[in-house]
Amino acid sequence: MKPIPVESLRATLSNKPLEEAIYASTRRLMEKRAAAIPEHLREDFESWREQANRIKRHTLENLDYYLELLEERLRARGGKLVYARDGAEVARFITQVAKEKGVRLVVKSKSMTTEEIHLNEWLGKEGIEAVETDLGEYIIQLAGERPSHIVAPALHKTRYEIADLFREKLAVKREEEPEKQTLIARRVLREKFLSAGLGVTGANFVVAESGAIVIVENEGNARLCSSLPPIHIAVAGIEKLVPRAQDVAVFLKLLGRSATGQPLTVYTSFLSGPRREGEIDGPEEFYLVLLDSGRTKVLAEPRRRQSLYCIRCGACLNHCPVYRKIGGHNYPWVYSGPIGAIITPQFHGMEKDWWLPFASSLCGACGEVCPVKIDIPRILLDLRAEAVREKVRSGEARLERLAFRLWAWVMTHPKAYEAAGLFNLALRDDESGWKDGVPGAFRIGPLKEWLRFRKLPPAPAKTFRDLWAARRQKEALKE
Amino acid sequence: MSADDVRGEILAKVRAAIGRERERAAPEPPEPLLKVPDVPLDERIEQFSAALERLSGKVHLAATGEAARALVEELTSQHSAIASNSPLLREYGITSLPGVFTGYTDAAELKQACASADVGITGADYALADTGSLVTLSAPGEARIISLLPPVHIAIVPKERLLTGLDELFTLLPDPAEQTSSMVIITGPSRTADIEQILVKGVHGPRMVHAILV
Repeated sequence: MKPIPVESLRATLSNKPLEEAIYASTRRLMEKRAAAIPEHLREDFESWREQANRIKRHTLENLDYYLELLEERLRARGGKLVYARDGAEVARFITQVAKEKGVRLVVKSKSMTTEEIHLNEWLGKEGIEAVETDLGEYIIQLAGERPSHIVAPALHKTRYEIADLFREKLAVKREEEPEKQTLIARRVLREKFLSAGLGVTGANFVVAESGAIVIVENEGNARLCSSLPPIHIAVAGIEKLVPRAQDVAVFLKLLGRSATGQPLTVYTSFLSGPRREGEIDGPEEFYLVLLDSGRTKVLAEPRRRQSLYCIRCGACLNHCPVYRKIGGHNYPWVYSGPIGAIITPQFHGMEKDWWLPFASSLCGACGEVCPVKIDIPRILLDLRAEAVREKVRSGEARLERLAFRLWAWVMTHPKAYEAAGLFNLALRDDESGWKDGVPGAFRIGPLKEWLRFRKLPPAPAKTFRDLWAARRQKEALKE
Repeated sequence: MSADDVRGEILAKVRAAIGRERERAAPEPPEPLLKVPDVPLDERIEQFSAALERLSGKVHLAATGEAARALVEELTSQHSAIASNSPLLREYGITSLPGVFTGYTDAAELKQACASADVGITGADYALADTGSLVTLSAPGEARIISLLPPVHIAIVPKERLLTGLDELFTLLPDPAEQTSSMVIITGPSRTADIEQILVKGVHGPRMVHAILV
């Protein structure tokens, strides 16, 4: 199995400005969420979470039915559903449409699904320019980086870095004010919107019965991507379906509050197919590309299927003590934080990213804030168990297994346990080279590595057994 | 592999994963959870104003169509404006105000006009009181981009169209796709907090939204 990327983790942990940027932003997002769910709303909020969980479960348990229903309804509205097994197939389809229509410029709105498959690189190789239009994504694209947060992709960047970046890449005057930086981006991107031949967006929800997609955003760039170019292609995972339009209400109320503390995001677009007869603007062609790329694999595990309920709000990232320390870039995939820790090994296999489920204190905050009630802590444990089984199978954990067997034997044999306690007491004096509560002789091999980041408490003067015996004696005397 | 083969393969994988047979109907989905509270109109107006103004939009009350027209005239003076083809705007005389251009039926022409206009004037099919939202359905009378490209958006809503919230909207319109290819719920001006979580308005859409309740 691959080793844990200790070096890059350590680099982040010793980068103070980065640490402060991540910590401050996530704290603000946590406060905003808390303010959006005041006391009088708690009960309703809980009922929405329950309902959202029920709807997702029902849809996934009957997914083939809803996929076929969606396809039929979308066709009736003049749109077309296209399936893709992986990122390459999505890219091939979009390239093919672009080439047929002679499109050289594609405008894109923020979509984790297209991030996941590195769509822009694929299109770039085909000579098609794909421009990210969400401000955060645009910054990341100019910097040649990947998003560090599901909702706020440029969360790790300061305005000063952005000032340098814009000056260098856009040949504009250096501006440190976020307001002025935003205006620069608006001006540059407006030109792109007006001339692009194709708009690519994601979809937050796909409504089977309506043959529709729902896009949630604050900036208006997704509306521009889906309204101005003559062709609109939406890309989404097959797990994004919900049965009916009426189901969307509950998700909208949960998503905005959980993500950014907004009762509703600025723009919610409910789009079904291309422009209709008589309508003045909007795309002439509409395609919805549904991606598998590992999703059916997760679907097949009943205990972990709920990982697919995720609506990408980012609340579990903001509330995770591990994410808040190490940030998004130390996670191996575009999905970071607790949700990344459970879906990455499921999509990519345990072999590569086995350590992710261990990057958690199991405090349970992620499960508590999840708007669709994914039991993330439970899945983390489940994946840990699998990682260990995998290690055992590959013979990697022989020493560890031996140690735990020895441990278990001592713990289940009172005499042996007593002897170990005495041994511990006898060695208590710090004169004998103890450090961090462990005798020097033990600081060898894998134990040494383990102890590098851990301290054991010093052994107490009296053991619990001594105390217990003394207490019993005292009680006997009283009687 | 052909598109049909890919489709077949993915659907087969899905069925295998969840243990379902081909072409079987799904059981009834959970009952939708929609609660429509009973809120009197004046309270709805109050809620709507408070919510939209918290987002730094502005709500104006107009007793008549004429009053609405006067408000629009004031808001658009010295500015170029595009008005949608909504019959309501014509009825109120808004489309005949000086400096207001209207009647576009060609997408390319409309795009050009909107790209350089200062103000976009539209109707709104509904408004939502609790969130301060405007709901617009794309139609022959309502283009999508008039409320999007110009830096200022003015929406005219008859007050009886002011609903309590999302739940009432989806109760009235159980399936928006039956009526339009595009329903957009607009909640305040365009905004971003992508740089250091600092709020900036008007990133891609309008930086100002005026709602006129008639």
